[in-house]
Amino acid sequence: MKYAFPLAAVVALILIALIAVQIPGMQYLFGVIIPYLAVAVFVGGFIYRLCYWGKSPVPFNIPTTCGQEFSLPWIKQDKLECPSTRLQVVARMFLEIVLFRSLWRNTKATMYEGPKLTYESSKWLWLFGIVFHYSFLIIVLRHLRLFLEPVPSCVALVEILDSLLQVGAPLMYITDATILLSLIMLLLRRLWNPYVRYISLANDYFPLFLILAIVGTGILMRYFIRSNVDIEAIKQLAIGLATLHPTIVGPISSLFYVHLFLVCTLLVYFPFSKLMHMGGVFLSPTRNLANDSRMHRHINPWNPPIKPHSYASYEDEFREDMIAQGIPVEQGGPQEAGAK
Amino acid sequence: MYDRVKISTGLLVVVLLVLIPFFYNNDASKAAPELTMPTNAKACVLPRAEMRAKHMQLLNTWRDEVVRKGDSRPVLVDGKEYPKSLQLNCMECHTSKVNFCDKCHNYSSVRPYCWDCHLAPVE
Ligand code: HEC
Ligand code: HEC
Ligand code: HEC
Ligand code: HEM
Repeated sequence: MKYAFPLAAVVALILIALIAVQIPGMQYLFGVIIPYLAVAVFVGGFIYRLCYWGKSPVPFNIPTTCGQEFSLPWIKQDKLECPSTRLQVVARMFLEIVLFRSLWRNTKATMYEGPKLTYESSKWLWLFGIVFHYSFLIIVLRHLRLFLEPVPSCVALVEILDSLLQVGAPLMYITDATILLSLIMLLLRRLWNPYVRYISLANDYFPLFLILAIVGTGILMRYFIRSNVDIEAIKQLAIGLATLHPTIVGPISSLFYVHLFLVCTLLVYFPFSKLMHMGGVFLSPTRNLANDSRMHRHINPWNPPIKPHSYASYEDEFREDMIAQGIPVEQGGPQEAGAK
Repeated sequence: MYDRVKISTGLLVVVLLVLIPFFYNNDASKAAPELTMPTNAKACVLPRAEMRAKHMQLLNTWRDEVVRKGDSRPVLVDGKEYPKSLQLNCMECHTSKVNFCDKCHNYSSVRPYCWDCHLAPVE
């Protein structure tokens, strides 16, 4: 039932925007004021979270290693799974961020009669995860056409490639289908798989429902309920926001305001939720450290300073007590005094 | 803060990327496209607001009806007959593709591929 509350929250957000924009004048609130606040909270929150993480010490050298570490010359090192130099770390991070390599390793244990235990690699999470993220990226890039004038040719190129199938008019975008499919599969995975369902919390479901609602309203607006989806007016609003002279020319569909309000909610929610893995992945010590603790000393920043304490100074500190107890000392002992 | 230089550089890149629209646009970007409206007619096939938002769906329906279903009967709007056609309808009134369709499409970054085959009015 942990999905019920997030679902209700998203439905409530949709209803709030849908009903509120019927009131004259509220378009300005939902089209201008809330978007500005949301961008401010997003940027500020993002900076705050990264600085907060930057202030946290990393006491130990804790890269996750999953291969042969750097050793003798005739033992082949697994440079990606157990990097020992900065370049190897960069290569590993790059592949992690671009290809989600660690999800490729998702193993699933199954118990059969016998009893017989098998392990197999389950690639579904990787597949739908990567399809979702790239679709999202492409959709955000394509949306830049609404915010930039003249539209840069790289954005135009993304549009052309994404609508290459030339289905219908307005042209169908491939990423609209793939993002919807991957979101639904990611959601079904949480609901169906008993283990994943057990560990899923409200804050796992909320982003899924929220993004599903954003994508849903976007798709409705483009292909199904086009009434008053006047791209020219919307672009003038978007450019007005970006040039700090916001104007709302003419009526725009309430569906658009719902879409925008949900996006604003996402922006505000982002820095304070698990979605911050976007910035966090770069700061994750299990990934961004090299396994080189035998070559370089990892300094724990919160260790108190350890001053060297030589035997000579030790003896200086305890000489009286040592002599009193009859313990031999190197300097200033009774034998020395007697010899003189 | 540990790794101050690296984290600040990363943050700067993210913030600049998010704020691109705020730097990219200039005063010229704010101007909406100026379209040449038809002089030989008062009304479009559908009311103006509907045309602006839905003309591509209208064209798509017409195309499907004519090419797929073979139904090329003209549509009747306000007692006036319009052929279901791109060249023989829209372009009869909107005689300039460059100053009407294209102006608006460039602004919204849309590139209808219809003109690969259909003929645009000579300008
Ligand atoms: C008021 C601005 C405007 C004018 C004028 C206009 N269009 Fe469009 N047109 C658009 C927008 C905006 C889209 C894209 C809608 C979207 O992306 O959701 C579009 C899309 C299209 C499409 C679908 C293309 C695609 O690749 O998705 C066709 C076809 C089209 N217009 C034909 C025409 C023709 C023909 C004319 C001239 C008679 C014309 N339009 C005039 C704004 C306009
Ligand atoms: C009978 C002549 C006529 C035909 C045919 C015609 N239009 Fe129009 N169109 C007009 C007129 C006149 C206007 C201005 C309407 C107004 O101001 O209310 C207009 C307005 C429009 C607009 C809105 C432009 C704006 O910025 O307000 C679009 C888009 C458009 N037409 C596209 C088309 C397309 C696409 C077709 C073909 C399906 C088409 N028109 C067929 C006469 C025509
Ligand atoms: C591959 C070439 C090609 C492309 C691209 C193309 N058409 Fe066509 N179109 C045709 C042909 C061929 C016909 C059939 C003409 C006939 O049967 O008289 C046709 C017919 C039509 C018709 C109905 C009949 C008429 O005379 O206009 C419409 C409407 C139409 N197309 C709209 C479009 C629109 C809108 C686009 C762009 C989204 C488009 N077409 C893109 C080739 C094309
Ligand atoms: C997290 C950010 C966003 C996501 C994931 C998103 C998602 C989508 C999707 C999937 C569509 C369907 C059509 C397409 O793929 O282009 C769409 C359409 C649309 N979105 Fe967004 N959107 C986002 C932000 C915004 C913002 C900030 C605006 C405000 C200007 C906006 C305005 C629109 C408009 C006007 C359409 C209709 C486009 C058309 O008819 O071609 N979106 N959105």
